[in-house]
Amino acid sequence: MPQLLQQLPDASYADKQTLIKQLAATHDPRVRVVLNALLEGNLYARSSDHQVFITRADGDNLALTDPLTAAPAGTASSDGLTRIGVNNQLRKTLRVALAQFDLSSPDAGVRREAVREMLRAVDAQTVEVLRGRLHEEQDKGVRADIRDGLALADLDSGDADTRLAAVKTLAGSLNLDVYNRLSSMVEQASDGSYGESDPRVRAAAQSSIRAINRWRIFYSGIQTLLFGLSQGSVLVLAAIGLAITFGVMGVINMAHGELMMLGAYTTYVVQLLMPQHIGASILVAIPAAFLVSGLAGIAIERTIVRHLYGRPLETLLATFGLSLVLQQAVRDIFSANNRPVQSPEWISGQLQINQALSITYNRLYIIVFTFVLFLVLLQVLKRTRLGLEVRAVAQNRAMAKAMGIRTEWVDALTFGLGSGIAGIAGVALSQLTNVGPNLGQSYIVDSFMVVVFGGVGNLWGTELGGNALGIVNKLLEPYSGAVLAKIFVLVFLILFIQRRPRGLFPQKGRAADG
Amino acid sequence: MTTGKSLTRLLSVTLAVLASTLVFAAAQAADTIKVGVMHSLSGTMAISETTLKDTILMMIDEQNKKGGVLGKKLEAVVVDPASNWPLFAEKAAELLEKDKVAVVFGCWTSVSRKSVLPVFEKDDGLLFYPVQYEGEESSKNVIYTGAAPNQQAIPAVEYLMKDVGVKRWVLEGTDYVYPRTTNKILQAFLEQKGVKPEDIMVNYTPFGFSDWTSEVAKIKAFGSAGKKTAVVSTINGDANVPFYKELGNQKISAEDIPVVAFSVGEEELSGLDAKPLAGHLAAWNYFMSIDTPANKEWIAKWHAFTKNPKRTFNDPMEAHVIGFQLWVKAVTKAGSTDPEKVIAALPGLEVPNLTGGTAKVLPNHHITKPVYIGEIRDDGQFDVVWKTKEEIPGEAWSRYLPADKDIIADWVQVKCGNYNTVTKVCSGQNYK
Repeated sequence: MPQLLQQLPDASYADKQTLIKQLAATHDPRVRVVLNALLEGNLYARSSDHQVFITRADGDNLALTDPLTAAPAGTASSDGLTRIGVNNQLRKTLRVALAQFDLSSPDAGVRREAVREMLRAVDAQTVEVLRGRLHEEQDKGVRADIRDGLALADLDSGDADTRLAAVKTLAGSLNLDVYNRLSSMVEQASDGSYGESDPRVRAAAQSSIRAINRWRIFYSGIQTLLFGLSQGSVLVLAAIGLAITFGVMGVINMAHGELMMLGAYTTYVVQLLMPQHIGASILVAIPAAFLVSGLAGIAIERTIVRHLYGRPLETLLATFGLSLVLQQAVRDIFSANNRPVQSPEWISGQLQINQALSITYNRLYIIVFTFVLFLVLLQVLKRTRLGLEVRAVAQNRAMAKAMGIRTEWVDALTFGLGSGIAGIAGVALSQLTNVGPNLGQSYIVDSFMVVVFGGVGNLWGTELGGNALGIVNKLLEPYSGAVLAKIFVLVFLILFIQRRPRGLFPQKGRAADG
Repeated sequence: MTTGKSLTRLLSVTLAVLASTLVFAAAQAADTIKVGVMHSLSGTMAISETTLKDTILMMIDEQNKKGGVLGKKLEAVVVDPASNWPLFAEKAAELLEKDKVAVVFGCWTSVSRKSVLPVFEKDDGLLFYPVQYEGEESSKNVIYTGAAPNQQAIPAVEYLMKDVGVKRWVLEGTDYVYPRTTNKILQAFLEQKGVKPEDIMVNYTPFGFSDWTSEVAKIKAFGSAGKKTAVVSTINGDANVPFYKELGNQKISAEDIPVVAFSVGEEELSGLDAKPLAGHLAAWNYFMSIDTPANKEWIAKWHAFTKNPKRTFNDPMEAHVIGFQLWVKAVTKAGSTDPEKVIAALPGLEVPNLTGGTAKVLPNHHITKPVYIGEIRDDGQFDVVWKTKEEIPGEAWSRYLPADKDIIADWVQVKCGNYNTVTKVCSGQNYK
């Protein structure tokens, strides 16, 4: 091991590849720490004597550890040390090598992960190791994974019976690799020969493919539906605040997008304030963004919109101007560059339901989050005193006034509520897209589109309309491409509005009576 | 008669003022050489272009400390075309006709370059264009110091093919002229190298696209056919972050399906959380992290000039440094700042680039450049994983497109930017 280690610093990437494999083959427990350090970019060589050290950041310097004795070897400035570089192929080799150490972990989850990692690059050596493991393995899930992987390797075997057995083992697998591998076996080349020479194996492969195909189509349908729901949820999220300010109050607020932008920037500021707790920052950002955008909304209502009720054109121009002012303000405060908002661990990654169906957590959370927000908003409008007053003012302002409702106060609060919801939408958007001065602009058209399509003044219309548009868009995307899909949706909307100018669910109210 | 008198007086005053400005301008012209700087300082492109303006100002400052050029000081004339393409043409005319600048350093997007091209050709000006572009152009009045497709896209694809063993290709781009032309060339190149059409997937998305779920799922499905797959990305600025984030979320790592990008550089990475991008690749002719004395010296100068030790230095900025030095050398050689003489003096000139090689002006008005492939580090800088052995000469017309393979640009011998070597016809500028 010391000799192999000594060669690492000066080796080319190709040499490092073999060195890593040789190191892993020693099965020395110390190797694992070294390889891990190499993968993380913590393995350095001292320039003066080419000795290799595992390092850890220690202030401006690096704390050194001797990889052979695991004893600390003092600290050194990074000038006298050179990092041992890795590239993508090496990283893969390293992960596979490290996975071999994990195979004997007591945790079945870790073992399973290790098997998956090893199956990414199957060669004679990994097959050998996996075969050995299969005899000892107790956990059912891990066993199944190993068997699948070995069967996949057996498909390349020279013996037709082994291949047939392998095809049979793989019959129920939804793994994409299996599907592609089997497809290539029954594919006919231009000279009439098949990828698989034995007709029995071919027939078995054929029937497996048919079975797999049925399931894959089913699952990909569900997947498209989920993608559509997730895009629809983003649309609903962007539009639901507008459904209140535009839908219920009838105010055309072009600065709605900028209120979302404020919410997104609030998330950024919250993360700056609590850099140690990125995971919790989102939860803190939601009420913070609601307050910031809500207060901004109330200020806008009191200073601008209040004076322009019943004059939609002036409102439109004034709020459009305001949106430009807000954008420039953000540009001056935070610079024109996009701001990096981090995603907490629990939002990254994906939920793997099976090998044909998975959904990323951020999309899943958005779907759930939007639905919860929608229900809460619905309850607020339906069951609270404020909601009652809002509806009363929307339906008949004069009568509401006569009943002793302070309509001015209700107007301000309603506008604040809609704006606050926009701020919450901004928090969610900060996890999906760029946080920059133009964030609002890219969603404002979509928001109006959803509200108008769903029916002005109707929350259910917004929820269903947004999701319907999202699903239609995602259904079209695979066939027409993203650019055309968007165009088709817009054309469809124009035709729809021609026939039903009041949207999916027309409602009576101040806006509808116009 | 009083009105007549006052009118004459007014006229004479105006004339006097005009004359004095003319004299003043002439006097100034005698003392200084005017250098036009035409980069958007506001609007969407301001993020990228502002640093280029600063680069040229630094170069002028530097040159004036050395005593200027031909014994005269240099004077910068900065205009702001505000990311507005027609305004680029107006500002170019203003620089060339009113300010009479000797040279212009400017433009970023291809559409802005196309918009100023007729102005430079009519007024016989000289433009240094510093950004990598789609090729298919060579003007007598433009020196292209950025990369042509054969100096960025083609070597990157060759690297993936030979060193990484990629067999299946996704060409993913934003829907506008640069990605479409580049992908056309790449597709032709790949097919000539024996890649089957079913192993190439071309896909375009709109500007600022953010919902990448199904696009990435498509790439994932395409990439698991048992053959090594790579994504060649010409995705424009803003859409990149959600794209890389979605790749990360769907567990597509750079080890399985690497993405090589042509428009993601240090400047773009400085504004975002680079962790989800780590391990993916970018192809450029310069990286800030390249360890050469010249590079270190320039970065130190840049930090001193901007008084900000965190400012990044990137590929188009290096192109401007090279372009400016070339211009100074050409003016000295020609003994004049007259664009026509300078243009004639430029081909064949050499200056050192910042990465230890030389940049030479070719007869087709492109320059020689080394090509580097870098892996993105989580601090937003690049680790060079591959580079060409020597500088690659820029080709204005792609040899891989059937329509262009006989066309050359040569401003020394045939004096034509679009010359068909088979039919011996010139159909570009200088067309008769």
